[in-house]
Amino acid sequence: MNSDKILDAKGLACPMPIVRTKKSIAELESGQVLEVHATDKGAKNDLAAWAKSTGNELLSHAEENGVYKFWIKKA
Amino acid sequence: MTMNNEKTTIVLFSGELDKAIAAFIIANGAAAYDHDVTIFFTFWGLNALRKDEKVFVKKGFLEKMFAKMMPRGANKLGLSKMHFGGMGPKMIKHVMKKHNALSLPELIELAQEQGVKLVACTMTMDLLGLQKEELLDGIEYAGVAAYLGDAADAKVNLFI
Repeated sequence: MNSDKILDAKGLACPMPIVRTKKSIAELESGQVLEVHATDKGAKNDLAAWAKSTGNELLSHAEENGVYKFWIKKA
Repeated sequence: MTMNNEKTTIVLFSGELDKAIAAFIIANGAAAYDHDVTIFFTFWGLNALRKDEKVFVKKGFLEKMFAKMMPRGANKLGLSKMHFGGMGPKMIKHVMKKHNALSLPELIELAQEQGVKLVACTMTMDLLGLQKEELLDGIEYAGVAAYLGDAADAKVNLFI
């Protein structure tokens, strides 16, 4: 999946993946896609909840060798 | 900050490291949710806001005793469980580093960077003999009415 920006949040513990995601999304234009890589096991639920609450769209997610990947479209 | 943002408030009453960490993780998370976040520090919670270094201010005998007996700053707080005379906090800090979790001073800095409003309760500052010069820069000073003003508009209000 194409993305306009990649955020490497691997190795970061709660609440940093969300804090960094928020900062990165703020730098994008509406409609652009942020790709987030994280290793925190709570990241899947956290990012899904965050996207829902902030109105940004979680397009897709995947897991590869313990790395969770997310594609979030800015509202 | 805008008027339309959701709001979150936390009262940090406790002065233990573990509880302060929990409060600041929730505060930073809420700030990432674009909430306007207020942490109201009262009683023992005020110790988390103390500067690390000794600050010389004029105090009475009782106030001096309080200042000596209470932990000076976020780095010196004890644990609510398994304190083990100071070994507990050392172990927790070690484990947190290992897991790449932010330390309490880092969490406080991040909160300020994210615009979390840190408010010191002036009434309990007086009781414990703490003065503005002894607390971190960039915080606000208020009482219960200011807290309630924020809390009444907030959906998440926690007492820790």
